[in-house]
Amino acid sequence: MTQPVLKVNQVRKSYGSEVVLEDISFSVPVHTATVFIGSSGSGKSTLLRCINLLDQIDDGSIELDGEDITAVDADVDKVRRKLGIVFQSFNLFPHMRVIDNITLAPMKVQGISKEDARENANKLLDRFGLHDKAEDYPDRLSGGQQQRVAIIRSIAVAPRLLLLDEITSALDPVLVNEVLSTVRDLKIEGMTMVLATHEMGFAKQVADEVCFLHRGKILEWGTPTQILEAPQQPETKEFLKRVHEAGRL
Amino acid sequence: MSNELGRQSESDSGAAPYNFGGEWKPSQLEIDRRAARKARNRRNAAIAILSSIVVIGGLALVAVTSPGWKSLSDTFFAWAYGVEVLPKIILGFGTNVSLTLIASTCVGIFGLSIALIRTSRSPALAPFRILATVYVDVFRGIPMLLVLLLVGFGIPALRIKGLTNNVLILGTLAVVITYTAYVAEVIRSGILTIHPSQRAAARSLGLSHFQSLRYVVLPQAFRRVTPPLLNDLVALIKDTGLVSILGVTDAVRAAQIASSRSFNYTPYVMAAIIFLLVTIPLTRFTDRTLRRSIERQNATGVA
Ligand SMILES: Nc1ncnc2c1ncn2[C@@H]1O[C@H](COP(=O)(O)OP(=O)(O)O)[C@@H](O)[C@H]1O
Ligand SMILES: [Mg+2]
Repeated sequence: MTQPVLKVNQVRKSYGSEVVLEDISFSVPVHTATVFIGSSGSGKSTLLRCINLLDQIDDGSIELDGEDITAVDADVDKVRRKLGIVFQSFNLFPHMRVIDNITLAPMKVQGISKEDARENANKLLDRFGLHDKAEDYPDRLSGGQQQRVAIIRSIAVAPRLLLLDEITSALDPVLVNEVLSTVRDLKIEGMTMVLATHEMGFAKQVADEVCFLHRGKILEWGTPTQILEAPQQPETKEFLKRVHEAGRL
Repeated sequence: MSNELGRQSESDSGAAPYNFGGEWKPSQLEIDRRAARKARNRRNAAIAILSSIVVIGGLALVAVTSPGWKSLSDTFFAWAYGVEVLPKIILGFGTNVSLTLIASTCVGIFGLSIALIRTSRSPALAPFRILATVYVDVFRGIPMLLVLLLVGFGIPALRIKGLTNNVLILGTLAVVITYTAYVAEVIRSGILTIHPSQRAAARSLGLSHFQSLRYVVLPQAFRRVTPPLLNDLVALIKDTGLVSILGVTDAVRAAQIASSRSFNYTPYVMAAIIFLLVTIPLTRFTDRTLRRSIERQNATGVA
């Protein structure tokens, strides 16, 4: 078997005395998607932030393409260049046009020429049906469009791994689908991803593996069918029941 | 009344249930409402004009009819004499202008540097952070006049070779020292208002600390603090007049010389008018910028 893109080994993270992640281990093979589900506060965002090195872990290690990115001498900027992350709150740069949001990192980080960066950005905007928004400022776009721009921005640097943190949670229900279909397209094109989501139907569609996170621990993991349709742990059953009652299944 | 607007619409879409943009005429209700609004606006304008005339006219009348008015106008508003000394005052004002240009440039550079040092978290900068904090605290808390006296008379008193005795340079230095402290705080507050998620987004794209500042944080911070920075610029222009106490021949000093010769205060009024000619437009501009920036912030709901 080839080396996984991401390998997380017994990671632990606490804020003060509160343990937020405990003994987290999993690996993500290339071209696959691992989906984390779990109630709010279970540690999903913290896990993604740790992978992105926006937060420091307390124990364990994280490997990207076999390289320990949590080593003391790891080059943080270089690691982040290989990772894309999309946040719940979009975090587009409000003072830049859509096209400049997308071309900033390719130009400044990868040193791609302005023409090439713009051409690539326009291609991506085209592909996701946003070509007419290139010259707009983010606040002129709907939430769904903003989130799609945020996704395009993070894949414009051709990351090895894409991290998506509840990217539809801040959106109107009618806008959720356009964002999810963008992610489905990326999956089909072979993007390797780690996602946190509350959209179970979507998890079933894109996930190769689903992990149920409960109070900072992976309680149960397996294929989407195993976890979402035949969960073994009482906590997983309880969680899915609550999600189901909220009408998200 | 078939108007231009009516012609733009597709009038042959007769089958459509709604005729958007078609031949729309306001209803009687709307016509009445508009008439009522117009009448109200007219009445408000009339009240505003009338009350202005009464208040301002009344004040003018009180001033002009007061027993001291004759001597007052002779001492402060001797226009013929004012015009005579005007060239000297304008020449002096040139000093204020160049002092403003040089000082504001320096203040911008140093203020930004200090703001960046104070908002950085790099351990290597720790001593500079402490120095910057002390500097800002001290010079925001001292009257500029004192700084001016200390620098303008204190430095020459040291009699150190190579140090300048040029009052213009020393005056500029005092202005820069004082205003850098104010401006650094304004810029720092601007940097602090940018939500950390913006920096996180920049860093996660692989931008370095410096690049995140340069392309993401600072452009947004400056947009927010433009109005207070313009306020400080207006204040700085006025305060350049204080360097006259060091003997710099600026507009204030020129007026002082003229008036001490004639025992007439019209030169001061002339100098005041010249300052106003610059500061009032700038103040109006600042107001407009502030209003725009508030509108923009209200329009942008999403962080
Ligand atoms: N910066 C922080 N400081 C202290 N506690 C935090 C911080 N960030 C998250 N937490 C805590 O960590 C736990 C997990 O949070 P989070 O990872 O955001 O969960 P999720 O994304 O699954 O909702 C929560 O109890 C939260 O209060
Ligand atoms: Mg979260």
